[in-house]
Amino acid sequence: MGKVVLHTQRCKGCYLCIRECPKKAIRKSGINNKKGYEVIEVDGQLCVACGTCYVVCPDYVLEIHREETT
Amino acid sequence: MVIKAPDRITYTDGHSFCPGCGHGTAIRLIGEVLQELKLEEDSIIVLDVACGGMPIDVWRYDTIEAAHGRPVPTAVGVKMVRPDQPVLAYLGDGAAYSIGLAETIHSARRNDNIVVIVLNNCVFGMTGGQMSPTTLQGQVTTSSPNGKNMESGGATLDVVKLLSSMDIAYLARGAICDAANIRKAKKYIKKAMEKQLNQEGFSLVELLSPCPTNWKMTPSRCADHIKEHVTSIFPVGEFIGKEGEQV
Repeated sequence: MGKVVLHTQRCKGCYLCIRECPKKAIRKSGINNKKGYEVIEVDGQLCVACGTCYVVCPDYVLEIHREETT
Repeated sequence: MVIKAPDRITYTDGHSFCPGCGHGTAIRLIGEVLQELKLEEDSIIVLDVACGGMPIDVWRYDTIEAAHGRPVPTAVGVKMVRPDQPVLAYLGDGAAYSIGLAETIHSARRNDNIVVIVLNNCVFGMTGGQMSPTTLQGQVTTSSPNGKNMESGGATLDVVKLLSSMDIAYLARGAICDAANIRKAKKYIKKAMEKQLNQEGFSLVELLSPCPTNWKMTPSRCADHIKEHVTSIFPVGEFIGKEGEQV
C-alpha cells in the first residue's frame, strides 16, 4: 500500500481532501499550524495511498509514498 | 513511488492564495506538465498582475510579469524572439476576457504559437470580487449586490464559445472542482503544450476555478457550485484539436 507524508505547515484548512477522500481516512486534527489553520491528519489504517487528496489539495500538503508492486 | 508537487513550486513552502483557491491547484498542474515534458528549464512564463501574478513568488521558472491584462501579447513577443522555447501565458478571466480581451482574440486570429491558460473564477478577485464579463446571471458580487442582470451587467461572456469558430490549434475548458476534473484539466494543459512544441499554433485552456473568498462560500460549497451550476453555463471539454489521446 503506502503512506501519506503531511506538510501541515502549508495547510490552510480548506478540507477539500476530507471531502474527496474515498476511504474517509482524513479528518481534522484539532491542531493549529503557525498560520492559525486547523490542520488535517490521516488515519494510516484506512488510507490506501490512492492519491486523490494530493490531486485536490491546492496547498501541496500531501505527499504520497506508494510501495512498489512487481 | 512518490507523488508530490514539483520542487520548483514548493521551495517557498507555501503560497499566499486564500484557502481553497483554484490558483494553487492550477500552478501545480502547470508545474507537473512542465516536469513531465522536461520543459522546466526552457519554458518562459508570462503572468498577469493581481492574483494571476502571485505565482512569481511561488515557482522557479523563468517568469515575466506583464502589464495588467497583457500577458498574451507579451508572450507573443517573447515567442518571436525565443521561437525555440516554450512560452506560456497564465492569467485570470479579468485579464484575458475583459482588460486584455482584444489581445486574446487577435492572438487567436493570428494563431500565434503560444499556450494561454486562463483561470476563470467569474469575478475580479484581488480587487474585491467585482462583477466581470464572465459573471453568471444572478450572481451576487460587490458591484452587483442584487445579482447580475442584463440591464445593469449585460450578458455573460463565453470566450471559449467565441474562439470555437476560429482556426487555432487547441481549445479546452476544465474545472477545478474534484479529482476527476482536475486530472482532466492537467491533460488539457499537457496537450496544449505539446501542440506548441509541434508548432501547431495558438492554444487556450480555460480552468473554471473557485474563489471562496469572493463567492462567500466554503471551498467545499464552491466545488458543488462549479459542478452543479457553473459548468452548466460554461461546459467543460475539448472544443478544438481533440484528436490524439482521448481525455
